[in-house]
Amino acid sequence: MSRAALLVLADGRFPAGGHAHSGGAEAAVRAGRITDAPSLEEFCRGRLHTGGAVTAALAAAAALDADPGELDRAADARTPSPALRAAARRLGRQLMRAARATWPHPELDALARRFPKGAHQPVVLGLAARAAGLGPEDAAYCSAYEGVSGPATAVVRLLSLDPFDATAVLARLAPEVDRVVQDAVDVARRAVSEGPDVLPARSAPLLETGAEAHATWPVRLFAS
Amino acid sequence: MHLDHHHDGPAAVSADAHRPDGTRRALRIGLGGPVGSGKTATVAALCRALREELSLAVVTNDIYTREDAEFLLREAVLPPERISAVETGACPHTAIRDDISANLEAVEDLEDEVGPLDLVLVESGGDNLTATFSKGLVDAQIFVIDVAGGDDIPRKGGPGVSTADLLVVNKTDLAPYVGSDLARMAADAKAQRGELPVVLQSLRSEDGVRDVADWVRARLAAWTA
Repeated sequence: MSRAALLVLADGRFPAGGHAHSGGAEAAVRAGRITDAPSLEEFCRGRLHTGGAVTAALAAAAALDADPGELDRAADARTPSPALRAAARRLGRQLMRAARATWPHPELDALARRFPKGAHQPVVLGLAARAAGLGPEDAAYCSAYEGVSGPATAVVRLLSLDPFDATAVLARLAPEVDRVVQDAVDVARRAVSEGPDVLPARSAPLLETGAEAHATWPVRLFAS
Repeated sequence: MHLDHHHDGPAAVSADAHRPDGTRRALRIGLGGPVGSGKTATVAALCRALREELSLAVVTNDIYTREDAEFLLREAVLPPERISAVETGACPHTAIRDDISANLEAVEDLEDEVGPLDLVLVESGGDNLTATFSKGLVDAQIFVIDVAGGDDIPRKGGPGVSTADLLVVNKTDLAPYVGSDLARMAADAKAQRGELPVVLQSLRSEDGVRDVADWVRARLAAWTA
């Protein structure tokens, strides 16, 4: 296993479409919930411990070879907002393309055949990690980290926030990312033997309703 | 690029010249250039000029709206199912160069849903002089500037002006009113571009897009040869 492969997969410039999405930050900025670095930190913390915990567990379970179809259904069940489901599948499809070109692997080809319009992004991420020779912890780290780094990057663009302040937010969240990842890997191991029902089902209602409102805006900078 | 390599599975993963079913995919031509230079107007004129002879579709990349797609819809240059808008997260150059996945999907979905297509025009959001298309997304690119943006733009060069397969200097009808020297622009462009072609056009005139349309036809003939 190559450590550097994790850096390739986790790189914010990995060409899998994430740059066009704000992770709900654009809706939260418009609603006045993110106005500066401290409120960005609170937003990211909330996202990490709700949707972030779910996606990290899904990614870890996929990396442990749990059935992708079952995981995709579990992801659907944990994503009430149709707009967020659509965004997750779109990002999953884009990641599938990038991963297949980067780490060609029969499991990724099989996933692409099964979900030609995209599976949920964390499911694809877990299989991409497998294809890259990485493990469940790596997959969960990628998922949990991009769940907070995406909004932080977006808020730099949306509010002209000082990029050093945004990066410091991510650094302060790092110990919490570690804990979320550890929990995600533990529950993912259980899901492999007990089934996906044991995966966490936390949700953030403001992210869900914000995503539905955002999807109707005629003018916006980000796709979600 | 893997021009003769077939991937397993339903979606091509790069700039493969063939679709998963083995047929040759549509030629993809990108149009980039600064805000307001006339990219969308050129796309609309190309659609009108070519739609009777070719099966074509358009992908737009707006910066923060769907205005370019809506302009094309309003002008009814193509049926709505042949026009697709990609959202770019405030960075149009990223979506056409650094992370092309959303644009590739839009192109492939158009081929799946309204194909077979001969030609897909991919229009960038208005950007700066360094914006160029990835070779993984398009087979050729047109860079559109205009005389009102300043007649020193060809001299300044940059990747778009210097390396695009075709440079279009648009709105030549405005040159007398904005004090732009067309001969100087053409000479500067020639100096930057060597043998690469330059078209000076005014879409106000009858058949104003003819030279660009002829260039597209020649690219298509080479693509299908």
